[in-house]
Amino acid sequence: MRKFDTKVQHLKYKVLREVAREEWKGTLLEKITDIPKRIVPGSEPTMRCCVYKERAILSERIKLAIGGNRLNSNVIEVIDIACDECPVGGYEVTEACRGCLAHRCEDVCKRGAITFDNHQKAHIDKTKCVECGQCAKVCPYSAIANNKRPCENACKIKAISMSETKAAKIDDKKCIACGACIYQCPFGAISEKSFILNVIDMIKRSDENKKYKMYAVVAPSISSQFTYASLGQVVSGIKTLGFYSVIEAALGADIVAAKEAKELSEKGFLTSSCCPAFVDYIHKQFPAFTDKISHNPSPMAAIAEQIKKTDPDSRVVFIGPCTAKKAEFQKPEVHKWVDCVITFEELQALFDSKDIDITSLTDEVLDNASYFGRIFARSGGVSEAIAQAIKEQYLDFKLNAVPCDGIDACRTALLKASKGVLDANFIEGMACSGGCIGGAGCLTHGEKNKSEVDKYGEQAHEKTISEAISVFK
Amino acid sequence: MKVSVCIGSSCHLKGSYKILESLKEKIKENNLENEVELSGNFCMGKCNLSGVSLQINDKIHTGITYENLDSFFSENILDVIEQGRNEQL
Repeated sequence: MRKFDTKVQHLKYKVLREVAREEWKGTLLEKITDIPKRIVPGSEPTMRCCVYKERAILSERIKLAIGGNRLNSNVIEVIDIACDECPVGGYEVTEACRGCLAHRCEDVCKRGAITFDNHQKAHIDKTKCVECGQCAKVCPYSAIANNKRPCENACKIKAISMSETKAAKIDDKKCIACGACIYQCPFGAISEKSFILNVIDMIKRSDENKKYKMYAVVAPSISSQFTYASLGQVVSGIKTLGFYSVIEAALGADIVAAKEAKELSEKGFLTSSCCPAFVDYIHKQFPAFTDKISHNPSPMAAIAEQIKKTDPDSRVVFIGPCTAKKAEFQKPEVHKWVDCVITFEELQALFDSKDIDITSLTDEVLDNASYFGRIFARSGGVSEAIAQAIKEQYLDFKLNAVPCDGIDACRTALLKASKGVLDANFIEGMACSGGCIGGAGCLTHGEKNKSEVDKYGEQAHEKTISEAISVFK
Repeated sequence: MKVSVCIGSSCHLKGSYKILESLKEKIKENNLENEVELSGNFCMGKCNLSGVSLQINDKIHTGITYENLDSFFSENILDVIEQGRNEQL
């Protein structure tokens, strides 16, 4: 059974697994320099020009696995030597151009950037071209290619450019840590800092939950992950790692939905606050809208607050699909509730670092939240939950929500709203396409993920938001 | 008296929300709001036993169901409080 979408993820996983394996044993410092050779043995390269470069890059990956560059506050980092320095030429005519008569490329180009040589082959005048891509679309031979770096393509906020050394460079002031570039870079040259060592340390120091209790808060998108086992086995696995209890972040989503519905009915217009990358995007690109962001904490913070209130000495670790959560938990107002954040990728590495085969474990239960809290994991879910919460609380408010997934969609809605032409009173913003199920920290990204989340939602014992949160009143 | 009902996944599925709700009612009916501090708790580590777990002060009780809640309440909460009152008199 395939655990990852790409070989890049698999490589990153192997580094995390080996680092974790040594950390459990307390031998990381001693063995850290052995890890690259363990992953790339022998003398035949399989990924790069030579095994030495492969190992040098692995050493950089290890740095990220143990927390990354402490001087750089961004959780997303570029591994310079791993960057293949892809071409950045933009739209270019390739050898496939046959010098046809139709010249559709010339007709469609509004800038007059297409010229022809003596052999009737097309050329693009880069001083006129605006990279709209229309010529590439109309060419019957697909002879015009877009030489744009996948990282730059993925970064919808345009925070990635080329450095003096030609490697990718992130503008940390612009970056919202969504992680889209991480998943899209075919060379794995962009990655996020990992805090697995902090988690292992917390587990070890808890002395089997005797000194303090370790709580894992899992994001609802977990239902679409670890498809080779059952969700109950994943819960068992998390407990086998050393967690005392596993709790649904979706219950936090129920709390948020109930409060957000009320806030919306009072204020008349809101943007959602559950996606940290979207919230960061508003702060950075639409500062005039910051007071429109819902004042509710994210579901992660909301449920962690409840846990810490019942058990103040506990440690709470969020496990999810999200790289931006790794930035969110470091904010003081969130850090008092959430001690650490790891991704599903990292959870898989932790399982295997202790040789835990979750398929051999018995099922444990995971059930607190309602259907509505659980569907927060996919685009449209927050809006559905708000509509339900309005209904349950008999609020006199007519919801007109616009669910936006992906930063492009978020930008469009925010631009319209800033011009006063948005026909909606609630913007549901998710930085990842499809919602959290499209997160960079997911093991797999598939078309079935949305239906998996819905199925998990339907299995919830509590059918309404009010029932799910009744225990907090 | 501190009473904390487990609302973790396992106890939730065994009906802990309903037990918490009816405890609230019973406390109100018996005018014990000032004497009993009722709360939820995310796990007491007794997940694999039958019934719901509940903690009274430092002692964990297990196996509580909606059916035996009446007798459990009188025995472990109501009677204990009354006894305490009598001792004070």
